Amino acid sequence: MRPSELLIPTPAGLYCPPADIHIDPVRPVARALITHGHSDHARAGHGAVLATRETLAIMALRYGEGFTSSQQVAEPGAVTRIGSVDFRFVPAGHVLGSAQIVVECNGLRIVVSGDYKRERDPTCAGFEPVPCDIFITEATFGLPVFRHPPAREEVNKLLESVRLFPERTHIVGAYALGKAQRVMALIREAGYERPIHIHGALATLTEFYEEEGAPLGETRLVAASERKALGGEIVLCPPSAIQDLWARKFPDPVTAFASGWMRVRARARQRGVELPLIISDHADWDDLQATIHETGAGEIWVTHGEADALVHWCGTVGLKAKPLHLVGYGDEGEAEPELAPNEATPSEAPP
Amino acid sequence: MNRFAWLLDRLAYEPRRNAKLALIADYLRSTPDPDRGYALAAMTGGLVFQNAKPGLVRALIAERTDPVLFALSYDYVGDLSETVALMWPAKHGANAVPHLPEVVAGLRNSGKTELPRLIASWLDALDETGRWALLKLITGALRIGVSARLAKTAAASIGGIAPDEVEHVWHGLEPPYTELFAWLEGRAPRPQATDPAPFRPVMLSHALEDGDFAKLDPAAFQAEWKWDGIRVQAVSGTRPDGTRVTRLYSRTGEDIGASFPDILEALLLDGALDGELLVRREEAVQSFNTLQQRLNRKSVTPKMLAEYPAHIRAYDLLVDGEEDIRELPLGERRKRLENFVSRLASPAVDLSPPIPFGSWEELTAARADPASAGAGADAEAVEGCMLKRLDSPYLPGRPKGYWYKWKRDARLVDCVLMYAQRGHGKRSSFYSDFTFGVWRTSPEGDELVPVGKAYFGFTDEELVELDRFVRRNTLNRFGPVREVTHEAGSGLVLEVAFEGLQRSTRHKSGLAMRFPRISRIRWDKPPREADRIEALEQLLPA
Repeated sequence: MRPSELLIPTPAGLYCPPADIHIDPVRPVARALITHGHSDHARAGHGAVLATRETLAIMALRYGEGFTSSQQVAEPGAVTRIGSVDFRFVPAGHVLGSAQIVVECNGLRIVVSGDYKRERDPTCAGFEPVPCDIFITEATFGLPVFRHPPAREEVNKLLESVRLFPERTHIVGAYALGKAQRVMALIREAGYERPIHIHGALATLTEFYEEEGAPLGETRLVAASERKALGGEIVLCPPSAIQDLWARKFPDPVTAFASGWMRVRARARQRGVELPLIISDHADWDDLQATIHETGAGEIWVTHGEADALVHWCGTVGLKAKPLHLVGYGDEGEAEPELAPNEATPSEAPP
Repeated sequence: MNRFAWLLDRLAYEPRRNAKLALIADYLRSTPDPDRGYALAAMTGGLVFQNAKPGLVRALIAERTDPVLFALSYDYVGDLSETVALMWPAKHGANAVPHLPEVVAGLRNSGKTELPRLIASWLDALDETGRWALLKLITGALRIGVSARLAKTAAASIGGIAPDEVEHVWHGLEPPYTELFAWLEGRAPRPQATDPAPFRPVMLSHALEDGDFAKLDPAAFQAEWKWDGIRVQAVSGTRPDGTRVTRLYSRTGEDIGASFPDILEALLLDGALDGELLVRREEAVQSFNTLQQRLNRKSVTPKMLAEYPAHIRAYDLLVDGEEDIRELPLGERRKRLENFVSRLASPAVDLSPPIPFGSWEELTAARADPASAGAGADAEAVEGCMLKRLDSPYLPGRPKGYWYKWKRDARLVDCVLMYAQRGHGKRSSFYSDFTFGVWRTSPEGDELVPVGKAYFGFTDEELVELDRFVRRNTLNRFGPVREVTHEAGSGLVLEVAFEGLQRSTRHKSGLAMRFPRISRIRWDKPPREADRIEALEQLLPA
């Protein structure tokens, strides 16, 4: 079987003809396999969804129980056969429940990695490299300027600033799914014991992470009336809230933002961020390369992000590579552009 | 170097002026000589290195990285220093981190052959922030939102003196400014060498708003044309030994005299003029496009001086001889100015004439037709009117209630987005430079021809939408440039505002817009309804 018969890029997302399923479709389809719960990969309105238990739970929390007509849990490591194709979900290390999908048919193995990272994350299972013929990778940070420092050092920067300005509130923008909970867990690992205050938009997913056993310590919902009294405290909120009127009601706030984009100064300034924290749930340039080598794949397909640079690099080390130019992915701001659910209107033709 | 790098880094993220002042003042207070003096010189543009140039930095990174990956990264980051700082390969066990004075001395004194190795060894030793700061120093443009004036204001604050006091002694001093700091800290008297031709902060105007006329009395105001050139301050003074010092400053106090020797040699009377820098030839003021031939030149050729003679159209006098007259009302200063310009008797300096008017209606009529209201052949270089209260003193900054600008209404045209490129600086990594076109008839039917490029006018939210449109509608990629869908039935219409139009041989359309910006995004309008080239050609000066 030729690779182009097993998986093809379409405006709706990656399509697998012999199984008649889409992976992370950006439009409603009959049958979808979903790598993780971020809203650009996991959309409501499909006929049937196969995903990990955590991802299905996250989708239900975000879209309501009726987000799909039928759902099926993919047990980690177990093989699900659809048509003539075997599918297997393997941890991707991106957020809680995130998985790579191993697609195998007639001896040809393609790994769809979804979004992934290699750095340790106390809130989710770590990435497991799977040997394969073709590795499909993201390239959100696919430029050699993106080298993430250890997340623990970035969290120390935050705690150092809290010590330096004990009267100011530190407002940390972090994506509601994954990043916020990872930052909280890292703050705990650094020995910070005071309650962490959270914006209402983070409450549901934070509660879910706690139920799943993430070590987040004491979290408290910010009440509008008590903002004035939160000088010296750490407050987490979604990125869109750091520039809101909501954020200005805190005593002399220090604006921080936890994102891989904070590596580029202009990006921090565009958002009015004073304390950039380079913490990402995506692989950086070095980890993208290391991962590609580890899979042993001879051919690399790049789904989204800075595909041009990664494809070029593959060429310099003798790997066949091509960009898929998939449209509609951008991890709620961690990849560009920012997308709200159900907003994608792909118009680029597949190559 | 680490402390200096830390300061630049903090300043780059700090949006608030007062917080910037506090950061700089705190650094200057707590850092010893000569480090702080070199830091102050870096922030005031006082460090120029003969051999250390951006080209050298490009060569160093080219030896260490893949050229395609570098080009893609530079395109994304939009800043050479930052791109190189981020891409520089880590070298473990490198030399000790250099000190700022050591870096300055090395950059000043090393020859072209030894400099690359020296800079590379520093880059190996520094961390990312340190590399970025070092490269900023070498490339000469800090771009951290700190003007020379702001840095001097911070320095003045550590001695509790007015910023103008620092301006007055500034030009007599050299980095690392040890005399200055000794004076500011009360350890030594005021430095002797006072500058006979210092910069004085300029007075700025507010835009006139709807309803202002009802509150303003025409008899209390003088009106002038608003010239489409650049605002300058031309200062001339005499040293104690009798020699003359002449300087030409931009409105932010940068010394731009080196590009305008023809102006400097005309300043033969002690005094400080406020006026508009223009190019004047064949008895008429030329367009801003023509003036641009003279801007940002390191050296000027005799040919350029002859073809594009620079000229000052004066509208205020701040110093008359030895006397600072900024406290006097504008009416008085105007008389002094007229007298000064006639004594100067130079063809390179003339007066900006007042517009005669008795009522706001008369001024409105004059603004609508400058050519017949006194501007004559210079009308093309008029971009509106200035209104100045006759009793206004000359105050630094933008004081309320004295001066107003009343710009000519912008021209609007509906264009179609054709190409986009990523921006630099504040807009970096977004597709924010837009090339747009209008329809024209060709043998094959209607086609779009590019008429201009704009990179501002939209809000941050609109930028995100435009960026998304570009990514989703890319037809072709030409290096950093993306061609986007632009057909009669599909594409994006942009309402473009601009100030004026000139013929141009550099553009395919034969037209060049002055000050184009995106005034509205017409998501609602199909490209076939955008404007045609004929609509623009009607606006060309006869």
